[in-house]
Amino acid sequence: MIVYASAQVLPGDPGRQVLGREATPAAVHTFNQKLGYYDPLPVRYWHWLENAVQGDFGASYTDGRPVTDDLVPALQKSGFLALFAFLLCVPFGIVGGVIAALRRGKLSDRAITITGLSFAVMPEFVNAVLLQTGFAAGKPFSWFPEIAGSLLGASLLTRIDALFLPAVAVALVLFGYIARIARAGTIEALSADYTRTATLKGMPRNLVLRRHVIRNAILPTIAVVATQTGYLFGGLVAIEKFFGYPGIGQLILSAAQIKNFPMLQACVLVVGIIYFSATLLGDILSAALNPRVRLGKSS
Amino acid sequence: MSVDASGLAIVPAPDAPRPETSLDSRSRVRRETIKQLVKSPTFLIGVAVVLFWILCAFFSDAIVPHDPINDSLGAGTSAAPSSSYWFGLDEQGRDVFSRVIAGSANILKVAPLATAIGIGLGTLLGLVMGYFRGWTDNVIGRIIDAVLAIPLIVFAILILTALSGQSEGITVTPLRLAIVIGLAFTPPVARTVRAAALAERDLDYVQAAKLRGELAPYIMLAEILPNVVPTIIVEATVRLGYAIFTAATLAFLSYGVQPPTPDWGLNIAEQYQNVSFAWWESIFPALAIASLVVAVNLIADAVQQVLEG
Repeated sequence: MIVYASAQVLPGDPGRQVLGREATPAAVHTFNQKLGYYDPLPVRYWHWLENAVQGDFGASYTDGRPVTDDLVPALQKSGFLALFAFLLCVPFGIVGGVIAALRRGKLSDRAITITGLSFAVMPEFVNAVLLQTGFAAGKPFSWFPEIAGSLLGASLLTRIDALFLPAVAVALVLFGYIARIARAGTIEALSADYTRTATLKGMPRNLVLRRHVIRNAILPTIAVVATQTGYLFGGLVAIEKFFGYPGIGQLILSAAQIKNFPMLQACVLVVGIIYFSATLLGDILSAALNPRVRLGKSS
Repeated sequence: MSVDASGLAIVPAPDAPRPETSLDSRSRVRRETIKQLVKSPTFLIGVAVVLFWILCAFFSDAIVPHDPINDSLGAGTSAAPSSSYWFGLDEQGRDVFSRVIAGSANILKVAPLATAIGIGLGTLLGLVMGYFRGWTDNVIGRIIDAVLAIPLIVFAILILTALSGQSEGITVTPLRLAIVIGLAFTPPVARTVRAAALAERDLDYVQAAKLRGELAPYIMLAEILPNVVPTIIVEATVRLGYAIFTAATLAFLSYGVQPPTPDWGLNIAEQYQNVSFAWWESIFPALAIASLVVAVNLIADAVQQVLEG
């Protein structure tokens, strides 16, 4: 919360911002007074916090409408895109990582690891340029639309088609990361005692893999996926700009451009909350799935 | 930061003075580390690519075939790559190849500076947290958690916007950009260094220094720091990759240098909407970013393998 307070300290003179250069100093003064701009900082912070907890992030500087009017639809749009990206990268990442681990040191392992890592370190918009040149811009393949647009009222199928490239651009960055963790987890599980025991007691290899190796390998992966959610939203900023998709990333950018601080704060706060809940969910999930972590039962 | 890579294998005896033997083994370890690095092909490829871009940045005036900023070649409009303009011309008739070469300068200024700031501050914070533990650790730790909850890019946008004053637009100088990215890097670096310092603080040599009555800053900087240097070097190479990633993304979001300066991220921002008819305008800067980022990460991987085994 300290961080949001510090964001609150920084804004300049909102009255001057909104009313423009030609406004009289008196008008600016009344406007600022109405906003509570002259109250001492802790008072303002308290008001903001009090309202924010109740889901009221204040009025936008530009048009006086509640911030949530713009925030909620944008969040839904970004959420859809993020979910799409996750659905693309999580299964492929895990499968890729497990395959790489099973063929450790062979060519396919190298290929998966190196491609994964290369994409993982590239900025999302660079992936987007490559994807768009390849698959949208007419040469060599023009399978997908170039920009996503607002997709207002579009059917699910249209949305999936239009959002495929943006989702892949985001997913590529996460793929390498997830594959790397899944690979490490699988290698660890393969060399674990319980795997050796299972093999020695004559269990078929497939069953060993299914029951002992993969289950254990997926645990750390889930925690990592959860912590990547916050990061995902950072990546969405560039991707949404690139594809002209009006999600929370675009909202942050436009709010920053015109110094619409209530909007900017609300967006950052929401992203922070999403990150915290995702991390918490990840912890709970890995605890629930891991037989060695038993909560609430004394041992 | 360039102290040495040797702290690795050295566990100084508690009260032995440090005669030549210790220094000898230090430089031997350092030589051994470098030898191992030079043997790793990924390291060499990474270094070659990074050196290439550094040369481009320093000698761009000599290398570029055309003026990257004030030229209007061909018909003054965009043109596909040809034998005279390898990467084509952009919509103002500027040579894309020249702009890609000259565009390396900005990011190679911002990223290392940001990394240095982040590593410096993060190391100090991490040492303090790891050495003192207790409530110092707790309070700083909470603040770090809060900052880490905001995605890096969003954090940078927030701070850069807030720093830009009231009425004018967003002003971003390379120095300011480097400081903001460096500040954003401080928490994760501090976390890593803290973990390393925690492992050291209860070792005999630290206890010995305490018993000798050394002051806390001395113990942190002269005793613990040399022993966590390998961790810091690995972190620095990883951070450098992230710094390039972040600086390029921010430039794309127009939080960077202003046009008409050639800069990879900015160039893509100016031209990505033309992809359907002028793909060469964005793909070459994109490939340049990709090559630099991947190269730095190859170096980071190799360094990590050698130093952490």
